[in-house]
Amino acid sequence: MSEITKLTLVELTKKIKSKELSALEAANAYVSRIKKSKKLNTFVTETLDQALVSAKNIDDNNLKSGVLAGAPIAVKDLFCTKNVQTTASSKILKNFIPPYESTVTSKLWDSGAILLGKLNCDEFAMGSSNETSAYGNVINPYQESGENLVPGGSSGGCSSAVSANLTSSTVGTDTGGSIRQPASFTGIVGLKPTYGRCSRWGIVAFASSLDQAGPMTKDVSDSALMLDVISGYDEKDSTSANIEKGDFLNSLNKNIKGLKVGIPKEYIVDNMPKEIQTLWDKGIEWMKESGAIIKNISLPNTKYALPTYYIVAPAEASSNLSRYDGVKYGFRAPGKDLIEMYENTRAEGFGNEVKRRIMIGTYVLSSGYYDAYYLKAQQVRRLIKNDFDLAFKEVDTILTPTTPSSAFKIGDKTNDPISMYLNDVFTVPVNLAGLPAISIPAGFDDSGLPLGLQLIGKSFDEQTILNSAYALEEKISFKSKVIDWWI
Amino acid sequence: MTINKEAVKKISKLSRIASNDEFETSMIKDLNTILKFVDQLNEVDTKDIEPLSSVVEQKLFQREDVVKKMNEKEEILKNSPNKNENYFVVPKVIE
Amino acid sequence: MDKKFDYFLEGKTGKWEVVIGLEVHAQITSNAKLFSSSSTKFGSNPNSQVSFVDAAMPGMLPVINKYCVEQAVKTGLGLKATINNFSKFDRKNYFYADLPQGYQISQFKFPIVGEGQIILDMPYGTKIAGIERLHLEQDAGKSLHDQDPSNSFVDLNRSGIALMEIVGKPDLRSPDEVAQYVKKLRSIMRYLNTCDGNMDEGSLRADVNVSVRKVGSSDLGTRCEIKNVNSIKFMQQAIEYEAKRQIEIIEEGGTIDQQTRLFDTKKIETRSMRSKEDAHDYRYFPDPDLLPLVLEQSFVDKIKNSLPEMPDEKKIRLMNDFDLSSYDASIVVSDRDISEYYEEVAKDSDYKLAANWMIVELFGVLNKEGKEIKDSPVSAKNLSKLINLIKNNTISGKIAKIVFEEMVKNNEDPEKIVNEKGMKQQSDPEELKKIIDTILKNNEDKVEQYKAGKDKLFGFFVGEVMKNTQGKGNPKLINDILKQQLK
Ligand SMILES: [Mg+2]
Ligand SMILES: [Zn+2]
Repeated sequence: MSEITKLTLVELTKKIKSKELSALEAANAYVSRIKKSKKLNTFVTETLDQALVSAKNIDDNNLKSGVLAGAPIAVKDLFCTKNVQTTASSKILKNFIPPYESTVTSKLWDSGAILLGKLNCDEFAMGSSNETSAYGNVINPYQESGENLVPGGSSGGCSSAVSANLTSSTVGTDTGGSIRQPASFTGIVGLKPTYGRCSRWGIVAFASSLDQAGPMTKDVSDSALMLDVISGYDEKDSTSANIEKGDFLNSLNKNIKGLKVGIPKEYIVDNMPKEIQTLWDKGIEWMKESGAIIKNISLPNTKYALPTYYIVAPAEASSNLSRYDGVKYGFRAPGKDLIEMYENTRAEGFGNEVKRRIMIGTYVLSSGYYDAYYLKAQQVRRLIKNDFDLAFKEVDTILTPTTPSSAFKIGDKTNDPISMYLNDVFTVPVNLAGLPAISIPAGFDDSGLPLGLQLIGKSFDEQTILNSAYALEEKISFKSKVIDWWI
Repeated sequence: MTINKEAVKKISKLSRIASNDEFETSMIKDLNTILKFVDQLNEVDTKDIEPLSSVVEQKLFQREDVVKKMNEKEEILKNSPNKNENYFVVPKVIE
Repeated sequence: MDKKFDYFLEGKTGKWEVVIGLEVHAQITSNAKLFSSSSTKFGSNPNSQVSFVDAAMPGMLPVINKYCVEQAVKTGLGLKATINNFSKFDRKNYFYADLPQGYQISQFKFPIVGEGQIILDMPYGTKIAGIERLHLEQDAGKSLHDQDPSNSFVDLNRSGIALMEIVGKPDLRSPDEVAQYVKKLRSIMRYLNTCDGNMDEGSLRADVNVSVRKVGSSDLGTRCEIKNVNSIKFMQQAIEYEAKRQIEIIEEGGTIDQQTRLFDTKKIETRSMRSKEDAHDYRYFPDPDLLPLVLEQSFVDKIKNSLPEMPDEKKIRLMNDFDLSSYDASIVVSDRDISEYYEEVAKDSDYKLAANWMIVELFGVLNKEGKEIKDSPVSAKNLSKLINLIKNNTISGKIAKIVFEEMVKNNEDPEKIVNEKGMKQQSDPEELKKIIDTILKNNEDKVEQYKAGKDKLFGFFVGEVMKNTQGKGNPKLINDILKQQLK
């Protein structure tokens, strides 16, 4: 049975379609593994019984036309799922049962996928370690000398679940690195599409101008397949891009001969572990071997990306999270009048990191500070985007490490917000510029922990980074070192 | 710029988050750390730079003025922690 | 001009001038809401016209209504205002039970319409009141405070309805000017069909900004904003009260706090809504869920070319073509329905008589019955016929009034009434001469007295002829013949 859960999404769906495997067999394999994997704390809500019913229905009625027919899939608990509790890992959304389904997850179910449940994440996707969840931290299937590590965040339940074979693949969301950083920490592939490629409709919002849903999968082909399914224009999201979508899986190929790859010097940061530099160098070699042309480039405003992000994202979040007021849904704390009810509800309903960000966001937008902070950040954001625009006149893709470190121990960075924020130093610029980027597992550090490389692409040119990643993947031939220590 | 206790109180009021001494102390520390970090932006010359609020370069889609199927009142009220047959119920506003 | 502006308030220290500016909220007459597809119908069951967007469910996104954009442009053109080809939506952040998102989507920095003007016909001449801007925004829901001792009830039916906020310059100086301003604005919007102007249903409300200054001073005093006043009478009362309150404070050595106040319609007084420490800081910033609204000039021109004739232009035309007095023309054009009724009446009849009959007789009836012109018991066609009966001497003005009374009862054709009741005027000179000769013969003594200089007896003869013709004798003919015969 456990071999089933090791299959990639492409392999699994092929087997189900060809009836080599029944949907129910596949579902059963995942269900039994999920039941044995509670220790990882990846799920907030499980829908296992329904999953088995759905799988049986697919077999009984031979509903195999969808590209994901019979694929059991759990999704980040930031996607609203009709009639299934959606919490964004926050107490304030406790017991919230959406009467609607997000566009992205609708596309999954319309393609024949089966919902296994909702995956843990940082509260409202605010965090880089999955330690801010109201449902407890998620554990990385990789350990360091027997000690538990964070799976990265905010899509930490997603990364851990894919890495531990608890779901055939998943969709996460990426606001500042929330798909790519956890993918890197757990040895899987994570793709943040171009802003506007996938609809945001029905996704609990964190920072609207940055949020983007994307695939988290076992390999590059799976990401291409997933992106084929979840992308597309949606009239319900005014920021969704009305452009032709590609056929990513069918167009996937390893031919990157002549491709110009940029290496930005500003991504060499202080205190970066040697192994990461070494891996990056290897990545450059592998790309060369595949026929790519390496070019040194400069993205001069890179160091200002994080400070910009920590103004823009909290500002938008402070407003987006105003709707959680105890009136329409979720948690309510008592109060003697309306204002007191609001204040108590939000003080008890939100965790510390969320409160911190709401406070910062409120401050930078408040009268007297708007120009100095918010407006300034928007201007620097323009400069950061200009850097990329200029660079992409010279190159087709940019290769960088995904993170400045491998997975760290639980609790290691919880007392220092800045050191936590620094996790996203390589991923955040991409969100600010709205570009697509993919992280692929590229090797291990000295402690045997996975490390990722990131490929950044031009707007709406996911195909180029998928192809580059596909070529790299072959060179790397990464093998998971997950041993089922928790079972 | 630094944030003092009074400022934290004001922001928590604006954010509608109940505040107490412990909260204020930790917020003063955290918010000042973060502000010091973001103050790096002052190094950047942004004179005449157009602020960027959206990376999307397309026209705003405008929908037709058509009423679509109404949601049932029950669906709208269903998740509310306090409601009656017709309304959301909230504690009174005290003026 | 025979009248002069004379609205000055007498204080202990001298004469004061009142400075008033209005922020009018006008509901756009659209089928669906500004950013959602739920209905705007008035008077529906509570919370029955609420979409997931209007209830600010997590992950819901705004999509703008094209028709509402057009209506704002149309109204802007009707106000002779600049149309901004580039405008933006901002979030105005504050918490209230009937504001589900915790922010209102409005336009702050870049409104859709810029400066314009409204022409007011005052007894002391024409006055131009400036318009600062017009922007699009969402309405809030409704809180009911008087149904329960400790709770308020929230109805979101209004939540998200499209409003135009029309911000006037502080150009108004008296309650009468305010009344004229609101009436004129309402009339313009009714001509354009962009707002029904129904103040009872809340389709038109105003925030009234009031300050005072010594006559002769050109400085602006500190203003107070009286929120959400929903009748012209209340606006006038509120202004009068508020101006007196401010004068009293200043004359006693105090200063005015810039405040938001509300008008108590029972006590006829204004009072402060919230204390200073609670002062709002709305933290406006561009809504990241929406893109800038860019209007093609061709789109604006198309609307411009399809505008109906506006009241100011129509007034000039009626004065020129129909020779109406400025006063009559103002009344006729004050409302689109009235002007259309008038033009229908005047089309085939004497236009001066038509104006007279409408303004004196028809409006008398409408006022008495509390009816709008569109519910007039007398159709324009029938009133036109009646006027023609007078004009061609079929009936006298006096008889016409009796016929009109009949018409009011069941909108009957006046020709039919006149025929059936035998009310036709006797205008045959031969016939009349016969009658007159008989009367003169029967009253020889009175004829003698008349000829001796008792002129008053002329009336007696007329009366006798009228008696003889049952009031149907043509008065002018009777006069002429009598004079002839008595020579
Ligand atoms: Mg106002
Ligand atoms: Zn307004």
